[in-house]
Amino acid sequence: MWRQAKWDEQLITEYKSTSNRVGVLIPTEKEIRENVEIKLPSKLKRAKQPELPQVSELEVIRHFIRLSQMSFGVDTGFMPLGSCTMKYNPKIEEKVSSLVSDYHPLQDFDTVQGILEMVYEMQSMLAEMTGMDQCSLQVPAGAAGELAGVLMIKKYHEDKNRRNRDEMLVADSAHGTNPASAAMGGYKVVYIRTNKEGLVDLDVLKEVTNEKTAGFMLTNPNTLGLFESEILEISKVLHSVDAKLYYDGANLNGILGVVRPGDMGFDIVHINLHKTFGVPHGGGGPGAGAICAKGEMVEYLPYPLVQKKDGKFTFDYVPSRSIGKIATFYGNIGNVARAYAYILGLGSKGLSMVGKMSTLATNYLISKLKDLRGLSLPFSDRPRKHEVVFSAKPLFNDTGVSANDIAKALIDRGFYAPTIYFPPNVEEALMIEPTETEPKEVLDSYAEAIRQIIDEAYKNPQAILNSPSKTAVSRIDQVIANHPSTVTPTYRVYRLRSEGKISHLK
Amino acid sequence: MEMHPWLPNLASIKEMLEVIGVNDIYDLFSDVPNEILLKGDFDLPYKEPLSEYEITLRLKELKSKNMKLLTPPFMGGGECPHYVPEAVKFIISRSEFYTSYTPYQPEITQGLLQALFEYQSLIAELFELEVVNASLYDWGSALAEAVMMANRINKKTSIAIPANINPYHKEVLKTWVYGKGLKIIEIPYDKYSGELDYEKAKEIISSSNDISAIYIQQPNYYGVFEEEIETITDYAKKVGAISIMGVNPLSLGLIKPPGEYEIDIAVSDGQELGLPLNYGGPLVGIMATRWDGQLVRQMPGRIVGLTKDSNGNKAFTLILQTREQFARREKATSNITTNEALMAIANAVFLSLLGKHGLKAMAEEIYARSHYTKQKLESIKGVTSAYQGDFFEEFALRFPIDYSLIHSHLLKRGILGGIQIGKSEALFCVTEVHTKKMIDTLISEIKEVIESVEAS
Repeated sequence: MWRQAKWDEQLITEYKSTSNRVGVLIPTEKEIRENVEIKLPSKLKRAKQPELPQVSELEVIRHFIRLSQMSFGVDTGFMPLGSCTMKYNPKIEEKVSSLVSDYHPLQDFDTVQGILEMVYEMQSMLAEMTGMDQCSLQVPAGAAGELAGVLMIKKYHEDKNRRNRDEMLVADSAHGTNPASAAMGGYKVVYIRTNKEGLVDLDVLKEVTNEKTAGFMLTNPNTLGLFESEILEISKVLHSVDAKLYYDGANLNGILGVVRPGDMGFDIVHINLHKTFGVPHGGGGPGAGAICAKGEMVEYLPYPLVQKKDGKFTFDYVPSRSIGKIATFYGNIGNVARAYAYILGLGSKGLSMVGKMSTLATNYLISKLKDLRGLSLPFSDRPRKHEVVFSAKPLFNDTGVSANDIAKALIDRGFYAPTIYFPPNVEEALMIEPTETEPKEVLDSYAEAIRQIIDEAYKNPQAILNSPSKTAVSRIDQVIANHPSTVTPTYRVYRLRSEGKISHLK
Repeated sequence: MEMHPWLPNLASIKEMLEVIGVNDIYDLFSDVPNEILLKGDFDLPYKEPLSEYEITLRLKELKSKNMKLLTPPFMGGGECPHYVPEAVKFIISRSEFYTSYTPYQPEITQGLLQALFEYQSLIAELFELEVVNASLYDWGSALAEAVMMANRINKKTSIAIPANINPYHKEVLKTWVYGKGLKIIEIPYDKYSGELDYEKAKEIISSSNDISAIYIQQPNYYGVFEEEIETITDYAKKVGAISIMGVNPLSLGLIKPPGEYEIDIAVSDGQELGLPLNYGGPLVGIMATRWDGQLVRQMPGRIVGLTKDSNGNKAFTLILQTREQFARREKATSNITTNEALMAIANAVFLSLLGKHGLKAMAEEIYARSHYTKQKLESIKGVTSAYQGDFFEEFALRFPIDYSLIHSHLLKRGILGGIQIGKSEALFCVTEVHTKKMIDTLISEIKEVIESVEAS
């Protein structure tokens, strides 16, 4: 029986300390302080010190430890979040990240040859695994990679003087990041419908692809977990008008070692190192990414890249048509080092098994779930890859228990919920991605939990509707959370509102 | 492969295939065109899996190729060396934070949500601005996001930026706004004081009716305090532009925060609040705005808010999510999803430890040490200050000889000097990690090399 810790933990700013307390000592150089006067221009002086806490080290530690006990990570339990690839994060990664922690990004290249060698190896290994020619590690996350890719496509067409290429194609089942990235690049988004099979509708694609098409952003396997088997045809259609095919790497885990985006005809690929290559998610970051390209698109990659000249590495390679810099320095190199540890720990033999084992896990889970009353498996009955999307619509119709309710009931049983209500073209969607790192027995117990929840829903739906009850809090009031008269994004707002100093968010 | 610690089901393949009802794993890939199926393994320098011990050997080998410095770098430029308290490392190493996901399921991730809310709250007090998001990638991209916010609000397309801002931020900004076709106008700075040329700023801003946003960095790239920030905010109001201020977070222990200037949007990096250098990343982009619906609705990224649960208990959840990409797709305020949450928690722990007293003490210590260093260096014959304005943490100097000679001499002694910003100019950074002894060594080494070059 699982229960989460339940601390009624006040905010750190609400700790009432009676006297001057401090959680850490600042080193002081008395001799310097006696000789240097701190005399700021008076108009620059801060009127009053910020309202920060005054607490001891113990209080800080205890406070945040209690908060951590009301959280849940891969190390706590199973997190089969579709499209997120929550695989186990090997602990050796932490040690390897120490390769970079104390080095300054603007140091002379001669003094960081070890770091640069690691980055150089990563550039070429990631290119090999995606079937691309070159990778830039500038991008701190997947979405930043998408933005880079979109800008690369834009610059490519501008170089060819094609002023009217203002449309970016996106599958209607795509991650929300694809259309958002296209819009940030100044593109009009044209959605490509999914056909009855759950794949890109080739007829629609042929119809909308024309001289206005800049590119097509696609995931393969797609968000339904299905492989776009017509991919070679899709790439022909795009390339016939010299539009570029962009690979959203969020789903790479399902095919890693089986088939490469470069061999499918993709021109640009982004990789999420915090998905496919085992970097921990950190509660929503930091992640790390790579943006990789093939052929003439290599020249558009964001700079800088590491190059090797006369046996020395330098981090100053600028592709001739580069779109520029995406991150302030080199991207999240600390996490690139973590991914490096993961790659070494598997070697090409192990990496070649990742796609096979994650796909095996998904289909094993499907076998355990597909005959359950209340669930349906929309689209074709082909094997899924990294993830599967079930619809709980039948259950909802029969009992009033929704995908969201199933999620909350799973949480009550010590499992993290799947991704829900995504992709948008499936009603009451449950999107499950088990990954290759979960033992078979965990998959069995998850399937069993879903079976029990559905059973309960038919017998006594109220019990499900009341969940979760074993977590730190029960269901959340979203109205108070978002209403202009009560919305509270910081303690400062709470404080100023109670003092009557601010009103509705207008 | 028969066994691997990260692939637990290698021994269960046959059994699992039976349950699925197929004979071979490749049956699960029957929809992949045969001609593109990979034949064989990847061609990588590492064929077989390395054991954990072997990985540490490779790590050792790589580490030996990096140079071990005697002292922390005297180098800044948007990233400065600081001591990271053990308590910070300890908390962000907690698995429940470290291996968790974006808290879309609030009931099971209350602790993570509260920690992020506290980050937002502490930054709000530091900046004296009401709304803070749960982090962006870094300062450069936060600036780019702020500029795009301004464009969405007022639909204008020119951005006025000072020439004396961090050049790396400038590069990032140029890349990010290229897609939207925004124009960047540079305002020159006063070569004597190092501050923005406010007269020129007025001229440039009033000669265009298309200024969407005006940005100012405090202190600027050369470490110099900008003393006339009100001029910028007044002018922004006058021409209907959004004012954006970039700020060094530690300097706020001493100087006026963005909120006191009625700034619309503030951006920064939390690297100086409990993060190691990380060779340039992960960092943590900070963004804060005034209590204004127009600004808040256009804010990129996630925001955590305070609410109640169904039993009336205090609870936290992600709020105002209709701004985000998963809900609004191409109409979203940004494409950002994964941000820098764990680094934001590091900031929260760091600010909690420092508290009111520690923050002021830290800012004063940095101010004093950087001033001491500059005064002492200026007393060397031929060394002069590049700019006359008062400064914090970083300062620029002019040397009587080519700076690269000084830099390479220092490196031979295991000291990383400042960033070269001209033939004989460099930008130095001094913080609480540089002891008086280290500083004095730096000074005597610089003195020595100047004297020996001038004597030859």
